[in-house]
Amino acid sequence: MNTMNCEEARELLPAYGDGELDLPHALALEKHLDGCADCDAALRTQRALSQAVRKAPYHRAPDTLRARLRAQLPAEPIAEAATPPIAAPNAPAATLPVAQPRRRRDWSRWALPIAASLALAVGLNVMLATQRSQQSLRDELVAGHVRSLQVEHLSDVASSDQHTVKPWFNGKLDYAPPVRDLAQQDFPLLGGRLDYIAHRQVAALIYRHRKHFINLYIWPGQDGDAAPDHHGSEGYNLVHWRRDGMEYWAVSDLNGEELKQFAELQIEAATDKTANAPNT
Amino acid sequence: MASPHLDAAYNLARWLTRDPHDAEDVLQEAYLRAFRFFGGFRGGDGRAWLLAIVRNTFYTWAEQRGRHQSEVEYDDATAGLHAAEACADQGLHGTDPAQLLLRAADQQLIESALLKLPLEYREILVLRELEELSYKEIAEVVGVPLGTVMSRLSRARLQLRHQIEAMDQP
Repeated sequence: MNTMNCEEARELLPAYGDGELDLPHALALEKHLDGCADCDAALRTQRALSQAVRKAPYHRAPDTLRARLRAQLPAEPIAEAATPPIAAPNAPAATLPVAQPRRRRDWSRWALPIAASLALAVGLNVMLATQRSQQSLRDELVAGHVRSLQVEHLSDVASSDQHTVKPWFNGKLDYAPPVRDLAQQDFPLLGGRLDYIAHRQVAALIYRHRKHFINLYIWPGQDGDAAPDHHGSEGYNLVHWRRDGMEYWAVSDLNGEELKQFAELQIEAATDKTANAPNT
Repeated sequence: MASPHLDAAYNLARWLTRDPHDAEDVLQEAYLRAFRFFGGFRGGDGRAWLLAIVRNTFYTWAEQRGRHQSEVEYDDATAGLHAAEACADQGLHGTDPAQLLLRAADQQLIESALLKLPLEYREILVLRELEELSYKEIAEVVGVPLGTVMSRLSRARLQLRHQIEAMDQP
């Protein structure tokens, strides 16, 4: 994979341009693009074409259609359909115009159930997808961890100073991951980097404990805290927890006990915000 | 509103039918189906799920009307052959990206070039570039394997490029 020829590069270009290529291939391709003007031009052509298509009109649903759907919702919501177990934030049931005269079409009486099912679908979607993708998420996290060690691409910003690492993420992510050094507790911060997990860019912080590296992945998640929970995958240990709307996944070949201790130290540091203030 | 994905659903229907009234017809039918098929919902992306229904509804609708017949039966294999020929000169005479963008500045030209593409190419470009779906989501909507999504997308782009170039000739 170190020396990629043009044929291989052309095959990967579309996925690369669409941001669908995995990191190792993307890195190899970038190396090739640096030295190949032809392939680089092909990439620019593809990007130009993408931009061109994006100039085509996006047809939003006309107000008349929206209004008709809204007006034709039944006056009395169906009890169970109107209260899906998991309501999407923009669930339509709340904005029902109750006193609208009914101008019926045969499909109109389905409008609310449909609306409710779609709201339900969105909620279900989150729930089912979460369950099913847990294992693949864990695999992805482990793969990210292994990759970071293999390609000597452990960190993009190498610093043990949390005040250097934290600003580095500014503008690279749409959220600010909390960065804490735990050097005093024998888990020194080595740096940070961006990784790509579950179809999004995420922050990865790198810590060391003795000779073991720990990748700590952080991204915004659901509300509500979750206590550290230990998982194993492919001989690696993973500990997950959630705090203040952020999902945390620690991945390491460190034993489960110590990795959990690391999680608890992180939570402690988050609770006691002064713990890591400089000069203390 | 009735659905968080109504705009996406309408946009797809509009690009498939190429007509605002037909798009509304297809969309109403699609919403009926969405309700009926809801029991078959097995998780995944709610938007992709809805778009798949819109797409399937459209194909049934088009068949019933005997419209778009030639396009619906558009042969992927033939298209592949066609694209393969075109591929041969891609590396050597690739369009200058700047030139392409200049032409693309003409929004109408892009729109009519897209509308002239075979359905399969048009829909995949709309899903990718306008709806910004991932390959995986496109595979779900169109009901083909990931590899097919990638190859079809490449061919669609190539064909669109040729279309744009052809339309630019006086």
